[in-house]
Amino acid sequence: MLGIKGKDLTLLCVVAVLALCAPFILNPFPQSSAMAQFNAGYPDLMQRFVIFGIFAVGFNILFGLTGYLSFGHAAFLGVGSYSAVWMFKLLSMNVIPAIILSVIVAGLFALVIGFVSLRRSGIYFSILTLAFAQMSFNLAYSVLTPITNGETGLQLSLDDPRIFGTSVSDTGGIPVTSLFGMEMRETSTLSLGDWSFQFSNGYYLCAVLLLVSFYISIRIFRSPFGLMLRAVKSNQTRLNYTGLNTRPYTLAAFVISGMYAGLAGGLLASMDPLAGAERMQWTASGEVVLMTILGGAGTLIGPVLGAGFIKYFENIFSKINDNVLHQWFGGLPEGLENAVVWFTEHFVGSGWNLTLGLLFMLVVTFLPGGLVEGGTRIGRLIRGKSKRAEKKAAQSKPAE
Amino acid sequence: MSKLLTRRGLLKSGAVGGAGLALPTIFTASSASAFTNEPTGGTVTLGFNVPQSGPYADEGADELRAYELAVEHLNGEGDGGMLNTFSSKALGGNGIMGKKVAYVTGDTQTKSDAARASAKSMIEKDGAIMITGGSSSGVAVAVQGLCQEAGVIFMAGLTHSNDTTGKDKKANGFRHFFNAYMSAAALAPVLEKLYGSDRAAYHLTADYTWGWTQQESIQAATEAIGWRTVNNVLTPLAATDFSSYIAPVLNSGADVLVLNHYGGNMVNSLTNAVQFGLREKQVNGKNFEIVVPLYSELMAKGAGQNIKGIVGSQNWDWKLGDEGTAAFVKSFGTKYGFPPSQAAQTCYAQTMLYADAVERAGSFNPCAVGEALAGFEFDGLGNGKTLYRADDHQCFKDVLVVKGAEDPQDEFHLVEIVEVTPVAQVTYDPEHPMFAGGALGECNPGA
Repeated sequence: MLGIKGKDLTLLCVVAVLALCAPFILNPFPQSSAMAQFNAGYPDLMQRFVIFGIFAVGFNILFGLTGYLSFGHAAFLGVGSYSAVWMFKLLSMNVIPAIILSVIVAGLFALVIGFVSLRRSGIYFSILTLAFAQMSFNLAYSVLTPITNGETGLQLSLDDPRIFGTSVSDTGGIPVTSLFGMEMRETSTLSLGDWSFQFSNGYYLCAVLLLVSFYISIRIFRSPFGLMLRAVKSNQTRLNYTGLNTRPYTLAAFVISGMYAGLAGGLLASMDPLAGAERMQWTASGEVVLMTILGGAGTLIGPVLGAGFIKYFENIFSKINDNVLHQWFGGLPEGLENAVVWFTEHFVGSGWNLTLGLLFMLVVTFLPGGLVEGGTRIGRLIRGKSKRAEKKAAQSKPAE
Repeated sequence: MSKLLTRRGLLKSGAVGGAGLALPTIFTASSASAFTNEPTGGTVTLGFNVPQSGPYADEGADELRAYELAVEHLNGEGDGGMLNTFSSKALGGNGIMGKKVAYVTGDTQTKSDAARASAKSMIEKDGAIMITGGSSSGVAVAVQGLCQEAGVIFMAGLTHSNDTTGKDKKANGFRHFFNAYMSAAALAPVLEKLYGSDRAAYHLTADYTWGWTQQESIQAATEAIGWRTVNNVLTPLAATDFSSYIAPVLNSGADVLVLNHYGGNMVNSLTNAVQFGLREKQVNGKNFEIVVPLYSELMAKGAGQNIKGIVGSQNWDWKLGDEGTAAFVKSFGTKYGFPPSQAAQTCYAQTMLYADAVERAGSFNPCAVGEALAGFEFDGLGNGKTLYRADDHQCFKDVLVVKGAEDPQDEFHLVEIVEVTPVAQVTYDPEHPMFAGGALGECNPGA
């Protein structure tokens, strides 16, 4: 089906089910319970999971296949966001032209940066991309203020032309982003007992685009082109000696992954029409590297898992403040409670980065293949045990 | 024809049909409420969205302290603070409309993106009915826009840009803090008195909405008293070292440096300026002077010795003598052991004003609350008589002109009040060119 088969088809189906049922899966705890703190099934975070999933899947096409480590991918994300917001300002609030333009602009941008950066490989390539991204950030932050609105961030206003739409909505506000009239922010809620599940239009648009991106990524991984990229990763020099020019291949991979980043940026702006320069900062570029490595570079599902993992930490753990901690440990004696809260405080709330860093360290040390390797190991452990058990059972069967 | 109509078939189709009929009602269960996040249980949740990291983290920490104090007072704990001095007596210390006040906190990181994400999660996940806080105008404008779209009230924290209640004003947004225009209007006469009317000013300006409007306001006000503007240089908000911006000032022929910086930015730029010996310099036969239009105790503390004698403006100071201020300083001081900053005061006042408006309106509906706040006149929250103007949701009250103390008795007396500028002098027309170009629009109750 769809030109893929076997394991890949299963994987795509699993991702599809996960993405479509995310509002249920991410809301396992009833609202009134103390564990509701750990629910992640609200539209904004689900959108982020999926959008950064797309970003990481794209990054993986470059890093996972060719081994070229780009430290400047956030620049493409930012460029995508700015183009999308400009489309909302000039054209209409429909997300389709915005997303298309953001992908195209990011692709062109990647073509230029890739053309220069790919003349070098290894650490020099990484530094070049980092330099370009930092340049883009500074341009957006202070030089190109008329286009980017600098630190304040590019926002919609009432006097934008929006030639195919309306400048001002019926109620006198700024119109909201929509897909042919279907508002992105519209959410319907399903209340079942103590649970309430939110289904947002915006999330489903992102989820569908994630599936499409994921499918394309599978096709690339399994294609002759993907094989060539893997060859670049394993030994580029040897490939060159056989008389092959590898640069067109790496450049194509770079542009494709830049377009993925542009798509992610365009989607971010479509969900929330605002673009800030900090989206292009090097920390944002570093984040996607972390996502990919944490999930498992070079695997199909890894980057999506990594993106979800990091965004979960950023949004859920950072909101646990000392107030919440005092509630948790309220049962302990006074002195001990304060000591425990003081200790835990450093790992949650604004200290979430610390926890993430520790986990990252553990994963890289003990599971070099990322979360995916962890999953396979567990799978093997279970299967291995059951096989052994079967064997034992077979052996212990007395011969009749 | 018993095959067509069996008992089992009837039951099956009946069940399916019933479920089908029930489905839409399940889906619409929440939209039955009249507005976003209508509180239904015994508590009401407020969202405190403050910077916990970044250049304004000190202000954020103080804002959070004030919010916690306000929640205590609203729930009838502690000594009641300004509830006792507030001119409106609608609040009784039993929560808001009998519902206990709960709160969630978030980190804006002083980034529009992060602030919006944090505010969104408060609205979508925690069911916050009102968002408040922030210590940067960029963030305030971004979050105000979000709250307008989502249909909740935004009570701005520390935001001083003209745009917040100017071209970016929103029906669901309200600002208690003063703004750049008011600072300039209050400062100009004092500057003229202190430094004369023949001066050349050099501006260093934080490169975002607040800096731009601050610079524009102070330039207009000082040029009106006869000063010249030599240059205006924009500096990135994230900058920590300003030496490269200070060096050109020395040879520019300017004799006044205006630092349109706030928080950590201002502490660093002022320190750099003093290190370059600007304050001992003589230019055009006059002493070189430094002006910091927006001031705070926290910044004075950060800048230490360098702040002595430097003039600026403040929204509020804990040393004011009125009874509202006294009550607030007392309960804040008892709880935390030091006096509150102006950021704390404005956030505390905003929470009280919101709660009071809900009580008076008799509803949490943002439109009803907005109506109760617009045009509301009150007293006893530390700033004297204050009006929440209906045209732009900006508070009008007296402005303080302050100066770094020459010989502070302790670290809490770093700033002394030079003059209390009466509200009439800082009032402007809602259609003033610096504020024009926006519209409140209609209030949005969401849902």
